Amino acid sequence: MNGVPIVDDPTATEGAIARDLTRRATWVAPVFLLAGVLGWGIDGLLSSALALVLVAVNFRLGAAIISRAAQISINALYGAVLGGYVARLALMTAVVLTVKAIGLLATVPFAITLLVTHLGLLAWESRHVAMTLAAPGLKPTK
Amino acid sequence: MLNVLAQTGPGEMLEGLKAIGAGLGYGLAAIGPGVGIGTVVGNAISAMARQPESAGMVRTTMFLGIAFTEALALIGFVVFILLLP
Repeated sequence: MNGVPIVDDPTATEGAIARDLTRRATWVAPVFLLAGVLGWGIDGLLSSALALVLVAVNFRLGAAIISRAAQISINALYGAVLGGYVARLALMTAVVLTVKAIGLLATVPFAITLLVTHLGLLAWESRHVAMTLAAPGLKPTK
Repeated sequence: MLNVLAQTGPGEMLEGLKAIGAGLGYGLAAIGPGVGIGTVVGNAISAMARQPESAGMVRTTMFLGIAFTEALALIGFVVFILLLP
């Protein structure tokens, strides 16, 4: 069983969910960008934008890793998800430390945008996800 | 080592300790979500192995579970960035 692909993939639902999360992130982006620029100036704008991009890329990358690994095997899925978690955190840390070293990072708007969008988008998305065998993934009537 | 410590001012020492604390905090904060994601994926794999026909539903749940669990690591990451000198 472990060497066999799990599914043949009309069930790659995580990609659809990640795309939907990214779409919703673009809807809420102006609010955070405006708050960033009004409160902290250009640095705030850039920091909020960076946080939004990181959240979206994090979702898309996570979904891509799961989809790719699921086509290989169960063992690959387990390893890829845990390895992907560490790799995504490392990537995020490297990007943010680089921007901070350049001196463009306003930490407060970055922190607020990162946490609020990540959790908020997930909570929002949860309302549009169908947990049924008939329609795994997004609700058909969302 | 002690000579180096003796030559540093209290301000530098504090900055260094802050950086060490931030790094340690981030590392510790990443452990919990790692365990959580392992649990989520482990149970999802069991479910998919038992009922391959429900793989789509299980993967949906798994993806959302991973993303929610990851929020804990992001809190640690944000604290790390805020504490970093």
